[in-house]
Amino acid sequence: MSWPRPGVLGLLAALAGGLAATAAEFGRPASQDEIALWDIDIPPDGTGLPPGSGSVARGLQVFEETCAACHGDRGQGGIADRLVGGQGSLGSAQPVKTVGSFWPYATSLFDYVRRAMPYPAPQTLSDDDTYAVVAYILSLNGIVPGDATLSRSTLPSIRMPNRDGFVPDKEFSVIHNARQSPPRTP
Amino acid sequence: MAAPAAADTLAEVPPRGPGAPLSATSERSGYVHLGRIPESTPGRRPVDPGEAINSKTPLGQLVGTITPADLHYERSHAGVPDIDPALHRLLVHGMATRERVFTMDDIRAMPTTSRIAFLECTGNGWENWKTAPPDVTVQNTHGLVSTSEWTGVPLAYVLDLVGADPAATWMLAEGGDGAAVARSIPLTDEIIAEGMLAHGQNGEPLRPAHGFPLRLFLPGLEGNLNIKWLRRLKFGDRPFMTRWETARYTQLQADGSARQFQLRQEVNSVITAPSGMMQIRPGFNRVTGLAWSGHGRITRVEVSTDGARTWRDAAIAGPALPKAQARFQADWVWDGTPARLVSRATDEKGNLQPDRARFIAQTGTNALFHYNAQQTWAVDAEGRVRNVLA
Ligand code: HEC
Repeated sequence: MSWPRPGVLGLLAALAGGLAATAAEFGRPASQDEIALWDIDIPPDGTGLPPGSGSVARGLQVFEETCAACHGDRGQGGIADRLVGGQGSLGSAQPVKTVGSFWPYATSLFDYVRRAMPYPAPQTLSDDDTYAVVAYILSLNGIVPGDATLSRSTLPSIRMPNRDGFVPDKEFSVIHNARQSPPRTP
Repeated sequence: MAAPAAADTLAEVPPRGPGAPLSATSERSGYVHLGRIPESTPGRRPVDPGEAINSKTPLGQLVGTITPADLHYERSHAGVPDIDPALHRLLVHGMATRERVFTMDDIRAMPTTSRIAFLECTGNGWENWKTAPPDVTVQNTHGLVSTSEWTGVPLAYVLDLVGADPAATWMLAEGGDGAAVARSIPLTDEIIAEGMLAHGQNGEPLRPAHGFPLRLFLPGLEGNLNIKWLRRLKFGDRPFMTRWETARYTQLQADGSARQFQLRQEVNSVITAPSGMMQIRPGFNRVTGLAWSGHGRITRVEVSTDGARTWRDAAIAGPALPKAQARFQADWVWDGTPARLVSRATDEKGNLQPDRARFIAQTGTNALFHYNAQQTWAVDAEGRVRNVLA
């Protein structure tokens, strides 16, 4: 397969048939402000977590108002996934995979709740309420105490019970590609 | 069922005459009934379409290897968004020297490549992990795989365009759906060379269910990575650990640990006729089916009519393209005694599709995803074909 490669630093790249295009013709630069609007992923080290904080007590209110209709009282499950319990069941014939038994990172819970929940209106909870409902779900699972308050300084250091339960496939555990040592051509 | 219309002599074939007016889009014949089936998790059938999480391709009724776009399987996590392409944007950022925003006009103006390849949901085959429901069709058991010609911008082109940092080894891809599905894509040479930002499927713009106006397409890799309604790519040097690569799409093993980043779809095949809930008659029957592998080309398909005791080679009809479905067929004269039909495929890397016993011994029954064990269809003395475990 071959296709024209855009020139580095916006230099002209020759296209087959005598056409020419510059890299700069496609798209426009992204400003840091607009990147911040969309840059919502939270990796395990917590990079990108917003300011703010939320307590388990506030989380209980948020959960009952916006989550319990689908996930059941105290996250026991309903028309949508159960969010508590199952610890110790993963090696059994009937494994119960929940936030408490299976999820390896508390940051992924913050990320997921913020991007996708509540299901009918994602990205409508405030950052404070997102911290709070995450704190509540973790407390239901015995992972944080009932008087905990979470913020960007405390969330990444939470150790989830199944933190070491995942084994990445060898093929994708260390990534190498030809770009890492690009052949220097003039 | 009503008796089929008969035309025993040529005199009974209806006379010819002027037909229906020509139209803007041609519909299927009124005599052909093809449809996907919306489904929920294994064991829940049928479901209210409002509760469905996927919709399966009618493999038993299709011919050749290309899936019509409207019958291509679908797995969506928060419904199908209605996206105006004029308002759609792709943000490419992170470890790159030129972070940029692209419109669909920009993307459609970029050089494209086209490729025929299969797409398969990671959960395909999940009906048969623990038990074999006897009343299912091949659409239920294997309908989460389809093949299309995909057209789009090579991923390598976009990496160069934004000046992706050579130290970037992972790329987050995120969708414009309500769930904002996001996956970390390892930037291997294979993925850089074969991946594309697809905007076309079988010669037309993507349909909404398949990601209109833009999706990631990564030949041979699990369906969930092929982010639909693509609106963000972010380069980094480690996986981002989203919910879909930790809590979901990981493989729970018998010991309670989970395989993570099992991204490739393994070698697989299924007999599509005769298959579950079909009825056959003694005498000549043509056995036909589909085989595919995320490792490359299908090089051999064998079929057995005695429950995997003896095998013979099936013929592969037409070209067997890399990472695309291949059609196979074999003649069979059924003597009217109970039979067990099985197929097994081999790919160009020498991977042989495992039998169920070996597959379960290695994986256990809790993994849920990446099921590629050989499928057995049992035929009873009345010619009824049913799903069985082995
Ligand atoms: C209208 C129903 C509904 C409401 C309300 C709702 N959810 Fe959900 N939730 C779902 C569905 C459906 C899924 C599964 C989506 C999928 O698998 O793609 C889900 C998944 C989840 C998961 C992931 C479970 C797992 O193990 O993977 C979490 C965590 C979650 N929701 C938290 C919340 C929180 C917190 C709220 C309130 C702020 C909330 N949900 C409100 C329907 C709902």
